[in-house]
Formats: sequence, structure tokens, C-alpha cells
Amino acid sequence: MKRTLAILLANPLSLLGVVLVALVVLSAIFADVIAPFPEHRGAVVDFANFNKPPQWPYIMGTDLVGRDIFSRILYAYRISLVLGVVVLAIAVPIGVAIGLVAGYVGGWTEYALMRITDIFLSIPPLVLAMSIMGVLEPTLTNGMLAVTAMWWPWYARLVYNITRAEREEGYVLAAEVIGASPTHVMFREILPNCVPAIVTKMTLDLGFVILIASSLSFLGLGVQPPTPDLGSMVADGAKYLPDSWWLTVFPGLAILVAVFGFNLIGDALRDILGADQ
Amino acid sequence: MKPPLLDIQDLKLGFKGWTGYIEVLHGISLSIGPGERVALVGESGSGKSVTARIVLGLLQSLRSSRIGGKLLFDGIDLEALSEAERHRLRGTRMSMIFQDPTSSLNPVYRIGTQFIEVLRRAAPGLPRQAALDRAAEILAEVAIAEPQRVLQSYPFQLSGGMNQRVMIAMALANEPDLLIADEPGTALDVTVQAQTLDLMRRLVDQHNTAVLFISHNLGVVREFADRVYVIYKGRIVEHGPTQALFDDPRHAYTRALMAAAPRLTGGGIPDIVEDSQAYLAPMQDHTTGEARP
Repeated sequence: MKRTLAILLANPLSLLGVVLVALVVLSAIFADVIAPFPEHRGAVVDFANFNKPPQWPYIMGTDLVGRDIFSRILYAYRISLVLGVVVLAIAVPIGVAIGLVAGYVGGWTEYALMRITDIFLSIPPLVLAMSIMGVLEPTLTNGMLAVTAMWWPWYARLVYNITRAEREEGYVLAAEVIGASPTHVMFREILPNCVPAIVTKMTLDLGFVILIASSLSFLGLGVQPPTPDLGSMVADGAKYLPDSWWLTVFPGLAILVAVFGFNLIGDALRDILGADQ
Repeated sequence: MKPPLLDIQDLKLGFKGWTGYIEVLHGISLSIGPGERVALVGESGSGKSVTARIVLGLLQSLRSSRIGGKLLFDGIDLEALSEAERHRLRGTRMSMIFQDPTSSLNPVYRIGTQFIEVLRRAAPGLPRQAALDRAAEILAEVAIAEPQRVLQSYPFQLSGGMNQRVMIAMALANEPDLLIADEPGTALDVTVQAQTLDLMRRLVDQHNTAVLFISHNLGVVREFADRVYVIYKGRIVEHGPTQALFDDPRHAYTRALMAAAPRLTGGGIPDIVEDSQAYLAPMQDHTTGEARP
């Protein structure tokens, strides 16, 4: 763990990733302290200062109803991160359990579980999420649900493939021979050997979950106004390009910073942990 | 004579696949007395390893396998046992050592952690420290000089020979009645192999453990086993006390097998007839002195 951290900080690219992610996480946590206009995360209207280009005290300008874009980005990070963490916290255990059971038990269980996984994988992710959001009400909770539904199959596939390889390893047979139960073999013997790959994928995915959630709200299916969200901020501003460029560019850059940061760390972790599956 | 510890009678094994039923063991009979060292010798694919797996009950759960015949372990009919009862025998009264010691240990746990699990099979709830102390004791028995350091290590930090000793120590930790050694140390170089075999022989003598020793290496078998069964294509073709069988190999296949071992003194790689009708001749049994169909 300590070694991993040391290597992360030694490489300039992964160091940049760590810095960007730290920036995102810290600004989400301390949004209340940093934001110059914390009340602007809600439905505030200030027509005196609407659609202003970047200037003091609005360092990223204001939107069409006069709210400070910088403050709204900080609060949008908070929601994006919560969404990313919650989605992965639900999707990963489901996917991992299904992948382990399918890969270890085999037979009909494997067919059933993996074909269901394939069905989910065969539907374009955004279409799946959009149809779920179309049926349900577009709220934050349902947004998480939709993204979770499209996310777990990737983990099922990843863990399934590793499990298939690991179950042929000598230590699995050795454990079976000394009388280990299937649950023990799956969760105590095989799972720890999947952890590097899972952790790497999770780091990479945090960025992508944020991106997908932003895409959903860009389409009007995610977080609803007045709650700030990077995707809907980009969508609202897009109509006024290129004149009011600050409406889209700054939220867009905010998405870029978060996704880029997580990807850099994910790539570095993949190299360090040797999880190239 | 005492009743055998393991008695296999007319064991048949087949697999049902897409293309139909394929029989791989055509009725083999084999017995091991308490504390006896018995070798099962044959080429790859002759059915050595599947026999071992049936004894441990690992193939029975496979849906495609069909098993016939009788398996008696210490007078208990293994086939009549439920999965749970069979499970209870594994790791406590029967144990196994594999070809490649390093891959038989899970790379993500320290040796100590894995040792504790083995000991807890026989004594559930054994406190951690007590288990570690016991593990160190057993490791000292397999001539490991620094048991504490080994217990702290991951398998990939130890040499193959060291891992093999650890495996032997783990296999014997719960004082099993029967140890199945499936080509132990084939993945190791010959000097290390010789050391660990010597060690294993001393230990099983001490603990009076019966061993089913599976191998294709006749030199090793000659040194290790009391009795030898030669298996070819799912049939036992010759059986006898080690000395008698090596002095006077009666079956064509046994002779071919012995001729196949390259000699240190040179003479090139021996010529072997791949598939001879003579190999399918009836079994030669040195103990009864008769050929059995």
C-alpha cells in the first residue's frame, strides 16, 4: 500500500492525476467554505448580474439567472462524486459476486448468469440508462439506479474471466483437497487474487461514471434543476455558444479535470498492480 | 494381515460428454495397508491422477462423471457417504501433495495464514497464536531452519524446495492416515526433489502415515515405495513388492517403461514402441503369482 503510493507520487503523470483528483475531492468536501456564493447552488435569481463574463467576484462568470458558475461547479462535484461512489459501491459487489459464482461453479449456473450479463452488455449503455430513466422519474436516486444497472455487467465479466483462470491454479485445488467449502474457495482464495484488477477498474470507472451521469443530465434525464450538475450546466449553456462561452466551457473543463484525474491514477495503478486483464 | 486402510475394488470411471460415454478407468483394484507406501506408476493419461481424485471425492461432484466399483477407506464405503461426510475426511484423515508446490499455495496470503487455515480444519477455533506455534513446530520438523521467517513470507518469496517442504508440513499437519502424493516435486530440480523425498519418507515413517505415491519416475518409486502398481490405459497391468517387480518385470508394458528411462551413462534416448498389443496383456501379480484377465 505504502509502496503503491510512493510509486504513484514518483511518476509525473500519475502525480498530476493525484493532484487533480485531490483538487476535485477537496473542493467537493469543502464546497461550503470555498464557494463565494454558497446560496447559488439552489434556485436563486439575481437579474442584476446575469450572464456576466468572468470577472471579480464571479471568476467563472454567471449563468442566465445570475448565479455564480464557480460555486455551482463545486456543488456539482459533490453530487457527481457521491453518485460515482454510490454507483460503484452497488455495482461492484453485484458484478463481482456474479462473476465469481459463474466462473467457479460452472455448468448451468454459468450459462444463466453470463448470458444475462451478455444481454445487459449488448444494449448500448446510454440507451439502457435512458430507457430506465424514461420509465422512472428523473431523480438523483433513479439516476444512480440507471447507471448501476449498466455498470455491474462489466465487473461480472472481468471477475468471471479471472476466476476461470484462477480456478485451474494449484492453490485452488489444494484448498479443495484440504476440504475448503465452495464459498471459502470463491471468497477467500480466488477473490483476493482479483482485487488488483477490480481496484484498477474502479479507479478508471469513477471518471466514467461521472461522465455518463453528466451525459444523462445533459439529455435532461439526470439530476434535475435547480440542483447543480455539470452535465445540465453544459446543456443549458450550449444554446448560447459561442457568445456566452463561459456557460459551457467551465463546467466542461470541470468534467475533464475529474475524468482525466481518475484515468491517470487508474492507468498508473494498472501498471503498478500488474492487472492487465 | 491387517485390514487395508484404503481398498479400491474394481473401480470404473467414465465421462459422459457430447460425443457419448468414454470410460477411462476399466476396473482397477488397489489396496494400501496402514502405514504402507504404495506407488502407482504409469504414463501421462493412464489414469493415475483421476484415481487419486476419486479417493479424495473430488470427481464425484462432477456432473459428467460416472463412477462404479467400491472404495473402502478404513472400512467405510466412501460412495455411501454424503458429500458433507466425505468433506469431513478431506484435510483431516486424508491429505494430498501436488506437483508444483509454489502454485499450490495462494500467492496473496502469507504462509502463516494458510497454515492456520489448515490446522483449523482439524481443530476449529484454534487460537491464532497457538496455531502459529504449532505451525512453527511442524516446519522445524521438515528441516526448515527459520520457521518464523517462513511463516511471515509469501509463497513467491520462497524457493520451490522450501515451498515443497511447507506443502509437506501442511499435508502432514493434521496427522492424516492417508497421504496422496501426486507426482510430488516433478516441477523441482532433481537434487531438491531427492532431499524432499527423503524428508517425506522419514516423516511418514514417524507418523505411520500410509502413502499413495503417484509418479512416472521409476527411479524415485524404487527408492520410496514398498509396493508398486503399474497402470496403463486405465488398467492395472502389474503389481508386486517393489524389489520383486524391479528385479523381474513380467509385463511387457512394465519392461517398456523401465527401458524408457534415459540413463546417466548415456546411450541416447531409448526407442519405445508407442502402442503394442503386448501392453494390453492380462495383469501380472507378483503377490499371487498368477496372471489375471
